[in-house]
Amino acid sequence: MNIRYFAWLREHIGASSEDIAHDQTMKTVSDLVDVLRQQSTGHQKALADMTLVRVAVNQVYVDIDHPVTAHDEVAFFPPVTGG
Amino acid sequence: MTIRVQEDDFDLTRIYAELREAPTGQHTPGAISLFVGLVRDMNNNHSVAAMTLEHYPGMTETKLTAIHDAAMTRWPLGKAIIIHRVGKLYPNDQIVLVGATSSHRQAATEATAFMMDYLKTEAPFWKSEQTADGVTEWVSTRESDMTARSRWQETK
Repeated sequence: MNIRYFAWLREHIGASSEDIAHDQTMKTVSDLVDVLRQQSTGHQKALADMTLVRVAVNQVYVDIDHPVTAHDEVAFFPPVTGG
Repeated sequence: MTIRVQEDDFDLTRIYAELREAPTGQHTPGAISLFVGLVRDMNNNHSVAAMTLEHYPGMTETKLTAIHDAAMTRWPLGKAIIIHRVGKLYPNDQIVLVGATSSHRQAATEATAFMMDYLKTEAPFWKSEQTADGVTEWVSTRESDMTARSRWQETK
């Protein structure tokens, strides 16, 4: 799966994207977040409080209990501040 | 082109001329509404030296197109346009332009406000501000932006 990070999540993690192998235990975004938090202290910090984070699967906003599959693009970012 | 995400500045005179022309097969407009957002030199009582706008390529264009199309469906518009800049910007630079044309003013002004309210809460852009002493901070969300958007859900 391709994982994308933006704004301060990208800064904490130190990368704008990474590939993560999908396995059968990753049924939802929440399962994926549990795996990502183990990757580094930066990941842990970025994904510590998911109420501060918005999630998009294949570029569509979803909730944390949305299903994920092996070929998904999953993005994590703060609430938007454009305009 | 109806939506654009670009680093370059935009030229109001050219956009205005484009909006003023009749859409293909339609009458000439009776009203043009335009909103332009600029970089402020102050935010929350500190001076802003520069601002960097990051976005999510692909999803940003999809979201802006959906917002544009929703406005075109909801109001009897001739044309609608959304332009948003990304990259490094400085105080007084133009950041965003939203515009709409219609036969009468109400549809154009409402559609412009609607597109701006949805852009601010749904389009994946993030601002970071640099102060004069070199400190960089991510801009946080304003509750008032969510309140502004909710008015379009209550009325038809």
